[in-house]
Amino acid sequence: MTETLFKRMRDLPSAHLLGAGTPMCAGCGGLQALHEIYDVLGGNTVFVNAAGCMTLLSVYPFTPFRGSWLYTAMASAPAGAQGVRDALDILLEQKRIQPEDDLETVVLTGDGAAYGMGLSATSAAIERNLSFLYLCYDNEGYGNTGQQYSGATPHAAATATSKGRMGYVGYKKDLFGIWAAHRPAYVATVIGAEPLDLARKIETAKNLKGPRLILALAPCPTGWGFDPQQSIEIGKLAVRTGIWPLKEYIDGHVIHTKIPKPREPAEVYLKTQGRFAHLFAPKRNEAALEEIQQRIDVYWEGIA
Amino acid sequence: MTRRLITGNAAAAWGARLAKVDYIPAFPITPQTEIIETLSVWLDQQEMGGRLVMLESEHSMITAAGAAAATGVRVFTATSSQGLLYGTEMIYTVAGWRVPLVMVNVSRGLASPITLEPDHNDILSVRDSGFLQIHCATCQEVLDSVLLAYRLAEHHEVRLPVIVNQDGFYLSFTREPVDIPDAELASRFVGDFDCENIYFRASAPESHAVVVLGGSPYSYFRYENHLAALEALRVYDELAREFAELFGRHYQALETYRMEDAELVFFMLGCFATKAKHAVDRLRSAGWKIGLLRPRLFRPFPEAAIRVALRGKQGVAVIDQNLSMGKGGVLHAELASVLYGHADAPPMLVSFVGGLGGRDISAEEFFEMAGVLMRAVDERCAPPPRLLYTEDELREVRKLQAIAHVERLAGEQHI
Repeated sequence: MTETLFKRMRDLPSAHLLGAGTPMCAGCGGLQALHEIYDVLGGNTVFVNAAGCMTLLSVYPFTPFRGSWLYTAMASAPAGAQGVRDALDILLEQKRIQPEDDLETVVLTGDGAAYGMGLSATSAAIERNLSFLYLCYDNEGYGNTGQQYSGATPHAAATATSKGRMGYVGYKKDLFGIWAAHRPAYVATVIGAEPLDLARKIETAKNLKGPRLILALAPCPTGWGFDPQQSIEIGKLAVRTGIWPLKEYIDGHVIHTKIPKPREPAEVYLKTQGRFAHLFAPKRNEAALEEIQQRIDVYWEGIA
Repeated sequence: MTRRLITGNAAAAWGARLAKVDYIPAFPITPQTEIIETLSVWLDQQEMGGRLVMLESEHSMITAAGAAAATGVRVFTATSSQGLLYGTEMIYTVAGWRVPLVMVNVSRGLASPITLEPDHNDILSVRDSGFLQIHCATCQEVLDSVLLAYRLAEHHEVRLPVIVNQDGFYLSFTREPVDIPDAELASRFVGDFDCENIYFRASAPESHAVVVLGGSPYSYFRYENHLAALEALRVYDELAREFAELFGRHYQALETYRMEDAELVFFMLGCFATKAKHAVDRLRSAGWKIGLLRPRLFRPFPEAAIRVALRGKQGVAVIDQNLSMGKGGVLHAELASVLYGHADAPPMLVSFVGGLGGRDISAEEFFEMAGVLMRAVDERCAPPPRLLYTEDELREVRKLQAIAHVERLAGEQHI
């Protein structure tokens, strides 16, 4: 593999490709990640969008994208990517278009589709070895409808449908693991608050063929309950506490790309967000806090 | 041209092959599967060009079909029944993309109870989607309609996807003699694919199918879709004439059979019309003035042609192989809306529902329906809609129920 172009922060693209003025919320961690990803990917792309917050990026007659866009539905964006990729291949094969008119096919999806309704279509697209990029902005709930819990919601988080004392009783699904089990070309977790790590991973993905899946944790001011200006700090804390491990799967191996040493206590991250406030007041829920910390510690055992 | 004995499914596959389709997203479902298997064999043996991809659901299959068509290739796909329902979100969505793909639906009844055998509830469930619909009555018509459907879908004034519908089993699995058009002539009729202004290219970025805010732009695009579908009536007539000149078979939007001096009329969709024609012949021999109308185009609905064909008639027996629960036959309501308030419209419509889940409609039942219609005309009073069912059938179902009852009791005693 060629050496990275992104050695230092100042190597990151200075020209920003995604237009401003979208209807995304202030402080949207998903939009931040998308900005950074798009700067590396460039405009020779067709974004095949699954229903989610980012459906609202392109509202007739405006779009922030330099390249192309196709809105499909919640469950089947990977199948849309299949149709686009296959059609482009057919057109190239038959010389009905020039090679320079080819496009990178990119699925853009929220966690609501990626962890649930769209998982079957995603799994099948990987099976078929579809050459595409898959970007999931993970705000850990059905964010566009007001943050109901989903398969991406972390344990104990309060959502619009888990407002009880315990918050969400389930546990966040390991989507990275599910994807990696398919043995695709590439899987990576990223976060907008770590732009250098993100840029290197998108650079790697861009230079590969086959299914390449990127999972971006997307701090969500409205859904998680924090002030928009905290978005980047919360993103950094997610990494420093070990809650959001930055890693990649390539050639059959998982590599952690940024190991938090020492790991800050999970509490530092949890306290920043309204969705975890019930763990601290009116009275500390020691059992839940311990469990959350213990699960993080178990994950990192043997890694760092 | 060669003449072969082939099934409706093979005829559909021949249509796709002769239309030189580029891309076939597929998913198996009875009774459609033979279509994609046939195409797959031809592709493997390089008897035709193009690419077939198995998706993991009809929902994904229709998404891939629409997305490929939106990228600028000619697309064919096929489904049936539960598959059509599973993909219905995308049927509506893709129609709004204004992409000219063709899908064959092999009609089969819907769950519950689950069955493999045919009726029209599946295809009528996507009546309002924006896909145009051509309903076939013979295997020949299936092949020819696929060719016509590509011309119609890709026509500059239309640009809408088309479903070609055939009845499961009665056509899909029944061999009939079919003239397979000469490949070159078929190719000349269908022409090369022109994606017009719908494609994705690096040199020409495009946002497709974006959100609209508010009812005004939404209504605008929905009306556009509707007006294009209506335009397809005129376009279809032109294409059917052109097809007739080249191939000698003229498929009018509304098939008429022995209608000239008819006073009574059977009105229905699909291949059971063949049985109805036979009944018309026998009734004619017995002195009845009766004919048959079969809309071949169901969307757009050939309303003007129907009004003309029924002008001055005494009464119509509408035979629905579908059932709208709590209302009745879908076609009956559609026909009433076409005729109501128009001078010289037949004063009597009588609704019959039959042929559900593969149930036959016998010649005797057609005679009975003609009799009921005649009495209604004489008495100037429409009888309640009739659900076709015989005493023999009821007896057979009662037997099944008795067995079920005994089995349950035996099971309980065993415990």
